[in-house]
Amino acid sequence: MVEFTIDDVFKLAKLSNISVSEMEAKSLVNEIKVILEYVSQLQKLDLAKTAPTYQVTGLFDVMRTDEEFDYKISAADLFKNVPETQDNYIKVRRVL
Amino acid sequence: MSQWEDIDKIADQVNSGKVTAQSLVEKSLETIEKNSKYDAIISVIKDRAIKRAKEIDLKIASGEKLGRLAGVPFIAKDNMLTFGSDTTAASNILKGFKAPYQATVIEKLESAGAICVAKANLDAFAHGSSTENSDFMVTKNPHNKKLVPGGSSGGSAAAVILDMAPFALGSDTGGSIRLPAAFCGAVGLKPTYGSVSRSGVIAMASSTDVVGPITKNVKDASTVFQVIAGQDPLDSTTIKLDSYKFNSKDYQLKGKTVGVIKELNNSSFSKVVQTKFDETVDALKTQGVNVVEVSFPLLEYSLACYYIICPAEVSSNLSRYDGIKFGFSDSKAVTLDELYNQTRSLGFGKEAKRRIMLGTYVLSSGYYDAYYNQAQRLRTKLIEEYDLAFEKCDFLLTPTSPDVAFAIGQNTDDNMKMYLSDALTVGASLVGIPAISIPATVGNELPIGIQIMAKQKNDHQLLCFSKAIEDKI
Repeated sequence: MVEFTIDDVFKLAKLSNISVSEMEAKSLVNEIKVILEYVSQLQKLDLAKTAPTYQVTGLFDVMRTDEEFDYKISAADLFKNVPETQDNYIKVRRVL
Repeated sequence: MSQWEDIDKIADQVNSGKVTAQSLVEKSLETIEKNSKYDAIISVIKDRAIKRAKEIDLKIASGEKLGRLAGVPFIAKDNMLTFGSDTTAASNILKGFKAPYQATVIEKLESAGAICVAKANLDAFAHGSSTENSDFMVTKNPHNKKLVPGGSSGGSAAAVILDMAPFALGSDTGGSIRLPAAFCGAVGLKPTYGSVSRSGVIAMASSTDVVGPITKNVKDASTVFQVIAGQDPLDSTTIKLDSYKFNSKDYQLKGKTVGVIKELNNSSFSKVVQTKFDETVDALKTQGVNVVEVSFPLLEYSLACYYIICPAEVSSNLSRYDGIKFGFSDSKAVTLDELYNQTRSLGFGKEAKRRIMLGTYVLSSGYYDAYYNQAQRLRTKLIEEYDLAFEKCDFLLTPTSPDVAFAIGQNTDDNMKMYLSDALTVGASLVGIPAISIPATVGNELPIGIQIMAKQKNDHQLLCFSKAIEDKI
């Protein structure tokens, strides 16, 4: 059995920078618990001696040459998607 | 009967001036309009498509020859960056997003003369197996509007079967090309991991995401794959497939060895799927294919492995949506923290939130080793199992999905049941091998997909063998 409570939901929400209402949390706690119980079946496998695989093509340290590369993207186009700008800067809200 | 000839033939007709690109684009746009009630399309790229078609027609009229996709209209899944329309990943958080550049796959197709006419619906951020998780609308299965088209590339697969364009692009992370292809009756290719660039494709799980074609037949899938495959300086995870010389033996069934998985039995599939699969295996035997049984003792764990790795990578990839540089931004927030928090809370749908939180859990310091690292260790074992299997056979054969398309709404309250639709497709994703779904049903029955898998980088051999099956069975 996986221990997973509504407090865990709120903690995960905080870590993920998402707020959830009490009602959402109540449904999420069961949904996430069912999935965790399913995926925790891997824990019964003895894989202590097996090395993990993080990527499957065996590429290693892919470098490009240290030359200027033309991405053909203009700053103006990038700025078109920015929600708030001022004097060619991205505007953000106050921190405190 | 489709209104579209094979892609090669369409391009020949355009290149020889028999057909204009403009007429093809108009035909495509009309068909999209006519079938709008299926909700397969999020946005239409009308002006840019017609402009490009006219340019192509002018070039051809002046004697220039264009590429092997000259004038061929296509539809891209809306998680690929394109000019001429918004790119949303079917999510509220990217509503109104104007791509500042195009995905490499789109650029490559355009360089070959193809024309993007529309963007297809998907489960938001490609999270799902039914296209019901789109923040905008639910795509309907072309065979029965009460059924899902599969997902997450449900809009792309439905668009091809509704004859909106000769081909569509999908992306596949755990089955998102193959499953909708199976549910709609199309051909869907998930190429070898890394063989197609993902620059400009909105990331889901970066260690398994692949772009591939959804088409009416295997030949078209092969044509599109040859155009989009290749290394890309903008995606350092891309690999080079060895140049391949096609020979007539590749298209022969006789003498090939196909593996069927011992651990999959009658209880694994619905009766119709089992029957159709057995018929296919028998037909292959009749054609001189050696069928051998191969064992995958860890197969039953592959779905659990996927549903650890996928949310882990999702939680990391979706951390960039913060309301600062692009996308939806909550204007009511006062402080920076509130802006991040409210933007994400209002902008992400339920499934995205669930996956972000699950991923955060399996990556958190207390659980990292028990979940995430354990899954990555199992991945090593799964690769070994596939390697061993391919010592005994050239290709592996399974149904694409345990069952045919299910009803809209049927599994929306049961995530685990929804996730189980991916049970047969996640293996190829985790180990990075190519896999294709081809339709095995004819007539009025609901489509059933047969999945064929091959060794890593054997995409061309896989396509040739699939073509032989399509032709002879």
